[in-house]
Amino acid sequence: MPVSQTNSKIIYEALKKNGIGLVSALPETWLVHLIRMAEDDPEMILVRLAKEEEAVGISAGAHFAGVKSAMLMQNHGFLASINGIVSFAQLYRIPLLMLISHRGHFGERDPWQTQGGGVTEPLLHALGIRYDCLTDPKTVDRKIADAQTLAQSSLYPVALLLTRELMWEEQ
Amino acid sequence: MMQRLECMRAIYDRLESCIVVTIMGAVSVELQSLGHRPNFFYLLHAMGLASSTGLGLALCRPKQRVVVFDGDGSILMNLGGFTTLARYRPKNLVHVIFDNESLLSVGGFPTATATGSDLARIATAAGVPRSTTVQTVEEFTAAFDEAVKSNELSCIVAKVEATGPKGYVTDLSMLENRFEFAGWIKKSI
Ligand SMILES: Cc1ncc(C[n+]2csc(CCOP(=O)(O)OP(=O)(O)O)c2C)c(N)n1
Repeated sequence: MPVSQTNSKIIYEALKKNGIGLVSALPETWLVHLIRMAEDDPEMILVRLAKEEEAVGISAGAHFAGVKSAMLMQNHGFLASINGIVSFAQLYRIPLLMLISHRGHFGERDPWQTQGGGVTEPLLHALGIRYDCLTDPKTVDRKIADAQTLAQSSLYPVALLLTRELMWEEQ
Repeated sequence: MMQRLECMRAIYDRLESCIVVTIMGAVSVELQSLGHRPNFFYLLHAMGLASSTGLGLALCRPKQRVVVFDGDGSILMNLGGFTTLARYRPKNLVHVIFDNESLLSVGGFPTATATGSDLARIATAAGVPRSTTVQTVEEFTAAFDEAVKSNELSCIVAKVEATGPKGYVTDLSMLENRFEFAGWIKKSI
């Protein structure tokens, strides 16, 4: 599978370095290695979701309990979570670290993904959620640390878009 | 038919050392009317996520008891999350659903439980190890005590009257509640 195992590992290790103790996930192709790494990590609490919005509640509970968490989802999962993000995380000042695979952008071959790719960034802007794109493996570590720092200091959601350049190795 | 307030009154003392999460509206106002405590968190708007919040808390604080006061409308909005809860079945979580068969806090329109959807059976079918429906305060209290004693994820569907307080705004600010709650948990290690 052309999903980059090497870059998934860089992302996972950065999450660990930043003290992430709980990962919630709803699978999609680009996330498979990351989810397997969480599965194989005895120290990680992995919560497999039925729908991504649940993750907002789970991360809030984890935050109240003093545990740092990360959410793994594709951009359509972000779309499916928006009410939870607004009426829980934003209303109650809950830090969220959202790792969102940015499907449907340049290079996308699956026609069904393409609509979501165009609205993800405009929606993050509309919601006032600060985000950055993970493209270069060399800056992943720094960007995850910085995103986590801002989430914790602002008590607000932040997003990192996992881009095709980072996640997908063209064959 | 039993009143939700009477159910909460009957177990109020047992909540002293528990982490408690409630939904919005009537449930939150009635629990506050019995006396707010720093270990009570009222999720005032995000419908469906009280149960998911309870799951996050229960997984991260396995040694502490977590109690969720949910509503039929709220859990119906997050049936997927209900299966996630069943999947992880935290032993330290008691999930109380006050089933008044209505969206009471927004005008009392009927939910699907009014036409026969059975939440306790949905819980069982989802894989929740213990679930029961109760009709009286005595049954409710006994079910709550058994749930705590059993040390297994338990879902108690309490059939209650569709009546509640006149208004839904209290003097407690949402953010004050949120920070006080997080502070209480931090100190309770
Ligand atoms: C996504 C969303 N849709 C609608 C509402 C409006 N709303 C607030 S409380 C409520 C009813 C909650 O019903 P239930 O969980 O059964 O509790 P009850 O009010 O009956 O105690 C609704 C629909 C909302 N808060 N969020």
